[in-house]
This record gives sequence, structure tokens and C-alpha cells, in this order.
Amino acid sequence: MPKFITIEEAVKLIPNGATVMFGGFMGCGTAHKFLDALSKSDVKDLTMIANDAAMPGGPMGEDHYGCAKLIHNHQVKKLIASHVGLNPEVAQQSMVDCTLEVDLLPQGSMAEMIRAGGAGLGGVLTPTGVGTIIEDSPYCLGTQNIDGKHYLLMKPLHADIAVIGGTKIDKSGNVWYKGSTQNFNVVMATAADIVIAEAEEIVENGEIPPEDVRTLGVFVDYVVQGGNY
Amino acid sequence: MDKNEIKAFIAKRVAKELKDGDVVNLGIGIPSLVPNYLPEGVHVILQSENGILGTAPVTDETRDAIHVVDAGGNPAGAAPGACYIDSATSFALIRGGHVDATILGGLEVDEEMSLSNWLIPGKRMPGMGGAMDLLVGAKTVIVAMEHTAKGKPKILKKCNLPYTAVRCVHKIITEMGVMVASPDGLVLTEYNPEFTIEEIQAATDANLIIAPNIIPMVD
Repeated sequence: MPKFITIEEAVKLIPNGATVMFGGFMGCGTAHKFLDALSKSDVKDLTMIANDAAMPGGPMGEDHYGCAKLIHNHQVKKLIASHVGLNPEVAQQSMVDCTLEVDLLPQGSMAEMIRAGGAGLGGVLTPTGVGTIIEDSPYCLGTQNIDGKHYLLMKPLHADIAVIGGTKIDKSGNVWYKGSTQNFNVVMATAADIVIAEAEEIVENGEIPPEDVRTLGVFVDYVVQGGNY
Repeated sequence: MDKNEIKAFIAKRVAKELKDGDVVNLGIGIPSLVPNYLPEGVHVILQSENGILGTAPVTDETRDAIHVVDAGGNPAGAAPGACYIDSATSFALIRGGHVDATILGGLEVDEEMSLSNWLIPGKRMPGMGGAMDLLVGAKTVIVAMEHTAKGKPKILKKCNLPYTAVRCVHKIITEMGVMVASPDGLVLTEYNPEFTIEEIQAATDANLIIAPNIIPMVD
């Protein structure tokens, strides 16, 4: 059973220099209230694994949306992502100021590398990236020819902590996601030593039908109440 | 044609490539205009790689910017029969050959039908997002783009920029013509009668093979 703690207590679970996966896609499905609190903390030197760095200017008029808050506050020293083009602060910090290291991975490879990290697999063989500079990246262990087709062997991704955003979470930690919010949350919840899940709404067991559970409660260590965002 | 007319012209021609029931992933820019020009009776299932199969235009009633967005992070809607999926499932669809067509823009395409569109070293580093997976996984890859950039050819003998994927493009559609991949090279199968074949070749660095049965691009 997960522990139900406050957001302030959850922020204290993140040490300086931790490798943290953040679920969400351009801020959609991100643990917004947790990220708010983390961005106001002194935690720094994070390695952030996230699909993207979101963007300045959120849909509710925020100055910085989702993961963009941590980039803006210079709390990230390394970012592993598939797309950063909509957050100009990433280009500023990585190419001009040289304070942020960025590793880019194909989105599908990244999803599967995280899935492998959570599923006990030693890597992923994917045709994505063959013939490109991905072959030279430290995440690629070489090429394989299987039945005449070339594949790259990509390493699994694992994190110290994963922070996911759920819509409804029950007392057992089972998560239901509204709309397109599940995105990277589902695989990330399997691939970290500690999983913190933020709920818009915490509900009783049974309120999420078992067949609608997308992240199993056994993957979730801590639940925080985020409320409506 | 002005910029907007060029974009509409290209999107209109691309729309003719799609068949009723196709699962289609559209990139940003010109590709996103394609649904506006689908022939009557052709309905496609639009996939958005962040996790929607069956996107629809957003309306005031359906707008939920917190919970439903497209791959560009913009509010999206879900068509009747749509499903929401996680990122691993989304790319199983893409990589597994379950997407019939992907339409995307390009910075450079070359004679080997390799595409570069994700990185300008030292200048711009937006990232590849889902493009590398889409290019190797979709059954048909169509590049929809303007023929030149600031007068310089974008269709080259060999790409200068880092590849997004190699030997992956099936068709290039620009305001000047339609080019398809063949074992001998790039074949010009349709041309815009506003230009001569010589003008099209002059705007193209790659060598164009003129199809013997070349036809005008029908508007």
C-alpha cells in the first residue's frame, strides 16, 4: 500500500543530484502541484528524464508550465528528452550559457527504453535511428542484424525517482488517467526506485473499476493530493 | 502564389494520397492543413503520438487544455471511436507498421530518400520527437514542403544536416511537383504547369528523372 503524504514531505524525498523521471507531454499529465513545490525548493543538479521541457506560458496563464519551471530555476543539470524546441530556455542554457547538458533520444525509443528499465529487460532492439547519429550516442550499444534488417541496441532507462500525474488515484495507489494524460506516466511508474504519484482526486478503493486501472498501485510508493489544476 | 497559397496547394495535393480509413500521423506546418482538403467520402483516423488515436478539432464544448492535447501541446479533441493510449503503445502503433501514412516537413531530402529535419548543429536543437520512429515505422512516408528555402534547393544529392532517418521517404510533394523514390533515383511524376521542367530541375540539387508519363499536378 502506498503512503499518503503531503507535497512538502514528497519534495524532501528528492535529493540534490537525483535522476528523476517526470511524466507528462508538453505539461499534459504532469504532476503540476508537486512541480510547483519542487521549483520553490533548493533541490538542484537534477538529471531530468522527460519527453520534453514543456514550454513557457501554460494554458492557465502560468509563466512556466510543467517541467519548464525546473529549467527556468536552473535546477536541472542534465536533461534527457525527445523534444525541447518549444522551450527556448533549454537552447539558451545548453547552447549559449552551457549550464545544461541535453541528451536527445527518439520518442519511441525513449518510451521503450523506460519500459525496458521497468520490465527487467537488458535493452531494446529498434530500427529507429539506424544510419543516424543516434548510433554514436552513449545510449546505443551497437547494431544487430536480425533476419536481414538492421536494429540498434538501446540501453534501458531507470531513475531514482519517478513523479507521475494521475487524475484519480485510489487508496491502493491505482491510477486512472483522463484524456491524453497517461502518455509517459504509465512506463515511468514502472522504472524508478521510488514512485511519487500526484492525484487530482484521491478516491476510495473500487471507485476506479479494476479494468480501468492504467498504473497499478503496487508500482506507487507515495501519493500526494494535488487537487484540481 | 503567395506563401499561404503555396501551403494550401501542397496540402491539397497531399490529401489525394490518403484513402478512406487510413491511420495517419501529421507533422506540424503544411501537413497539419491536409485534413481540410480530404476528398469527399475519405475519412482518416488521425494519430497524435502523445497518445490519441482519432484526434478531432477542438471545440468550445470539448476544450480541456489540462487533459487533452495534441503532439504540439495544443488543446485537442477526440473523434467518435477515438482512444487514448500511453506512449509505449503509441509507438508500438508507429514502429509496428500500423500507421498507414505519415506526412511531415523537411529541411533537406536527398536522392537516397533520406530526410533531415531535427537538428542544425550549433544553431537549432529542437529534437526529433517522434519523427525518427515515424519515418522507419509508417507504411508510407510523404514529405510535404516548399521546394526551396530562401531560393536554395532543399532536395539535394546528399543531405548536409544530420539525418532523421535514411532511405525512408516514399514521396516528396512540393509546390513544383511530385517526386517518388525509385531504384534509379528520384522520379518526377507530376509537375505544376506554372513551372517548366527546366525550372523545376534548376530549383533541385538532386538529379531528377522525368517520368515518361509525367502529368500536371491537378488542382
